[in-house]
Amino acid sequence: MGIISRGFSGRRSAADAKLPPGQYLTTDFPVLSAGPTPHVSLDRWEFVIDDGTNVLRRWDWKSFRELPSETFTVDIHCVTRWSKLGTSWEGVSLEVLLADLKTDLSYAMFRSYGDYTTNLPLKDVINKQAWIAFKFDGADLAPEHGGPARLLIPHLYFWKSAKWVKGLTLMSHDKPGFWESLGYHIYGDPWREQRYSGDE
Amino acid sequence: MWRVGTVVALHDETATARTITLEVPDWPGHVAGQHVDVRLTASDGYSAVRSYSIASAPNAERRVELTVERLPNGEVSPYLTQELAVGDRLELRGPIGGWFVWRTQQTEPIQLIAGGSGIVPLMAMIRSRASTGSTAPFRLLYSVRESEAVFYRDHLQTLLDRDDKVNLTYAYTRVAPKDWPRPPGRIDAALIANTTWPSNLVPTCYVCGPTSFVESATGFLSACGNSPDKIRTERFGPTGDRK
Repeated sequence: MGIISRGFSGRRSAADAKLPPGQYLTTDFPVLSAGPTPHVSLDRWEFVIDDGTNVLRRWDWKSFRELPSETFTVDIHCVTRWSKLGTSWEGVSLEVLLADLKTDLSYAMFRSYGDYTTNLPLKDVINKQAWIAFKFDGADLAPEHGGPARLLIPHLYFWKSAKWVKGLTLMSHDKPGFWESLGYHIYGDPWREQRYSGDE
Repeated sequence: MWRVGTVVALHDETATARTITLEVPDWPGHVAGQHVDVRLTASDGYSAVRSYSIASAPNAERRVELTVERLPNGEVSPYLTQELAVGDRLELRGPIGGWFVWRTQQTEPIQLIAGGSGIVPLMAMIRSRASTGSTAPFRLLYSVRESEAVFYRDHLQTLLDRDDKVNLTYAYTRVAPKDWPRPPGRIDAALIANTTWPSNLVPTCYVCGPTSFVESATGFLSACGNSPDKIRTERFGPTGDRK
């Protein structure tokens, strides 16, 4: 336990029990981004899977939206310590996008419009753990929240849920993405409080 | 790793914002623009952590200054701005962040744009520039509600008076001082075009403030021809409690 802060009692709620360590509950939806919000028009949007050399799969907006999508409700946890419970989204599971793709590569670097990147083990992306989401609360995803489409991978800190996502590159080895190169944890499990590089 | 700092000074910037000066014996040093996590712990072990930008320049005295704006329904900021006293100890972690930073090796023109308490990390950059004798040309556009809401007014004036390579424009959103050339209002395209560096000088731009402010400021900067990869942002939402 840390040093007692004389005169501090804090504010606790029943919902805290459902939160990962060090998080607090919020009901609005804060925005955190490293740079300006890119405005991506749907007729230029595409999502590309490659292995660093070859393009393996490519969708434009129309073909992407023709893929089977699902609605889902998840809790999200930002490394800046807010958590938002029961958020509802619509998106295409990565399961669908990676279907029939045979690969020995075990890692993925997700890429975004605006040059953001984030790295993930492929095993975290499959098995219905990640989606490319295009609706939030039943409405088209707003640009500041990552629209037209963002990665959603709720079991990791929310910086991994790359906004304005445009594809992923399969890799043989893990490699740090944008925030992972700037002091944040390579994996980012909120339940193990892996916020910063050096956290176990 | 949590470090322990001792409060050595408190200074009210405005009616709702207070600067806390901490002495942190094992402080490893920081870069202007970085932040810290501050942890408060109740007597039963309950703790709450929030992030705050560092306001001070890197210094040899291992002092860290934080300026905290009190949020009406905040859990941590009311304690830090009203309860905390000189001599108290405070736990902090950091410094954190490697993106929204200005390093003294940077020589290109710097454009800073602050909305309200978004001035804090930008002030660290201005102070860092002054304390290291950097000659990088800086411009600051500082949007505030009214003159009573300005942080660091005297220190900013001192820095301006002795260095003509630092330029400051205030923009008031609610109440402007008497005879102020621009009527009160939110920042707009004309203000950004007229008071920020021309984009052909390729400035690096740092924008910090509430989300809606950052969204509009970066939009105007882009419209003036600044490339998105030269614009760095830090946003705080209503419950972000991050200043």
